[in-house]
Amino acid sequence: MSATLAPPSDTSPSGTSAHRRTSAARRSAWLAVSLVVLGLIGVASITFGAREIAWSDVVSALSGNDETLAEAAVAKRIPRTFLAMLVGAALGVVGAVMQGLTRNPLADPGLLGITPGASLAVVVGMAFFGLGSPMGFTWVAIGGAAVAAVFVYVVGSIGRGGATPLKLTLAGAAVSAAFTSLISAVLLPRIDVMDSFRFWQIGGVGGATAERTLQVLPFLVVGALLSAASTTGLNALALGDDLAAGLGERVVRTRVVAALGSVTLCGAATALAGPIAFVGLVVPHACRLLAGLDHRWLLPSCAVVGAGLLTLADVLGRVVARPDEIDVGILTALIGAPVFIAIVRRQKARAL
Amino acid sequence: MTLDDSSRAHSLSAHGVTLGYGDRTVVEGLDLAVPAGEITVIVGANACGKSTLLRSLARLLTPSEGRIVLDGKELHERPTKEVARVLGLLPQSPIAPEGIVVGDLVARGRSPHQRMLTRWSREDDAAVAEALDLTDTASLADRSVDELSGGQRQRVWIAMALAQRTDILLLDEPTTFLDIAHQVEVLDLLTDLNRTRATTIVMVLHDLNLAARYADRLVAMCRGRMLADGAPQDVLTAELVEEVFGMRSQVTPDPVSGKPMVLPIGRHHARVPAATA
Repeated sequence: MSATLAPPSDTSPSGTSAHRRTSAARRSAWLAVSLVVLGLIGVASITFGAREIAWSDVVSALSGNDETLAEAAVAKRIPRTFLAMLVGAALGVVGAVMQGLTRNPLADPGLLGITPGASLAVVVGMAFFGLGSPMGFTWVAIGGAAVAAVFVYVVGSIGRGGATPLKLTLAGAAVSAAFTSLISAVLLPRIDVMDSFRFWQIGGVGGATAERTLQVLPFLVVGALLSAASTTGLNALALGDDLAAGLGERVVRTRVVAALGSVTLCGAATALAGPIAFVGLVVPHACRLLAGLDHRWLLPSCAVVGAGLLTLADVLGRVVARPDEIDVGILTALIGAPVFIAIVRRQKARAL
Repeated sequence: MTLDDSSRAHSLSAHGVTLGYGDRTVVEGLDLAVPAGEITVIVGANACGKSTLLRSLARLLTPSEGRIVLDGKELHERPTKEVARVLGLLPQSPIAPEGIVVGDLVARGRSPHQRMLTRWSREDDAAVAEALDLTDTASLADRSVDELSGGQRQRVWIAMALAQRTDILLLDEPTTFLDIAHQVEVLDLLTDLNRTRATTIVMVLHDLNLAARYADRLVAMCRGRMLADGAPQDVLTAELVEEVFGMRSQVTPDPVSGKPMVLPIGRHHARVPAATA
């Protein structure tokens, strides 16, 4: 054996472990900072809204009173804030898992056909089966997301080499386009359905009730656990399928577990708040800059930042157009697009 | 009973394996016993099945017939993570995640030794530091892999394979895309590894002369069959080259190492007319 097996006394080995330590410290620091920011956004979400409310009312509402109008407004904002955080966290994680799964930086639930699948299922339910209750949306949307995911996976697996990342992405894009035109085909002759669908489709957390959120919560928990279980597998998949298998990773099983996790999360989030774009696409890119590429850190970071982004978008939507509200789905796209362009430009600059 | 005991030589062999993709058979009824502690180099024309054979030895491809056996047990029946602590693989085109730094990439080689919730250990640190040292990449540890030259990058990949600390190392064309100096550097590094810690190495190489120089054992394949298997000086002849590559050549001892050297004849440059050569 060579002398390098001696304890790390010279510069190079201690240099690498120092590198590892600092990056772990840095990641923890970033995670803590994002948690604090999320807390502040949460407070803002309870405080600010279409109606202006004094601090004293917020405090008294939080201690359980809802007699005055102001206190009642705060009491209504609590489940709404909770819902925005859950949906944002779910979408952030979904984006990271899907990008890891397909090794495609542009992957998000919309591009892979999952959200369009959920939307199509809701539209068909509304138009042909008299679907109207928010509770019904949940199950139908999750079912639609799952069917779309299986369909995309099967189409992407046809041919040599199985479900390669590229084929999955192509199949997802094609299925998305097909579902989107089917949605139009069902909606166009039905004005009444179109109205109620439009409200759902724009994506909102305004109609939040604790009851509906709790109903979907088990799905979010299962999805989060499945995603957490695939973190080390996603790290290995990032090195290519062959190398991942060489490192002792079961590639197919990892793909299936990660896909199940993200479909469950995405279906549940979409059922709660409608299809919300950009959170799943942007948040993982921002988090990679903060938390690095290790999925064990990336996923928690995406959950926190996603929750923050969606809640912030919701607060802004309530404040900028007083006394009206702008739906969160519109604002995430407005905030997300410039951020995304900035990130892409920055990465390009580094590559050059 | 784990397989991690590094004092024990591991045996890897293929028995009558038939390999292919879908309906297409690439390798048929092939036997190969990988000699422990030696460097085995597989050569052959394009699409002769050499990479396919290597993939099956690395359990990436299950034989449709026959068996691959590691230490007396069928490879596909062992837990894959347990195999990963004995047998390392560097595939032809591994992917470096965008923006990853060298130290983190090499550290990924430790994953077979870690469980879901165990923390990074001193042993992991030592393995990574040693791998960086052996491949002379310690100074690059904080650099992004994207910024490296082709030669540096290949050394980093080998460092990752070394950090895995396996007794058997399989490499699919580890010298592709490298200039001649870097090719020699990589092969010297692998030879060091073989000599100092008796790592069993099996690799696919394109360059016949480098293969003859560095192999303890040369395996020549043609259309899914093994045509020769032995020490380069015993098996590498003009007849074999003609059979494997369909090319006429002269084989002479190379003045540097005394190992056989293949000189292609071609149609234009032979001093002796090709017809009589």
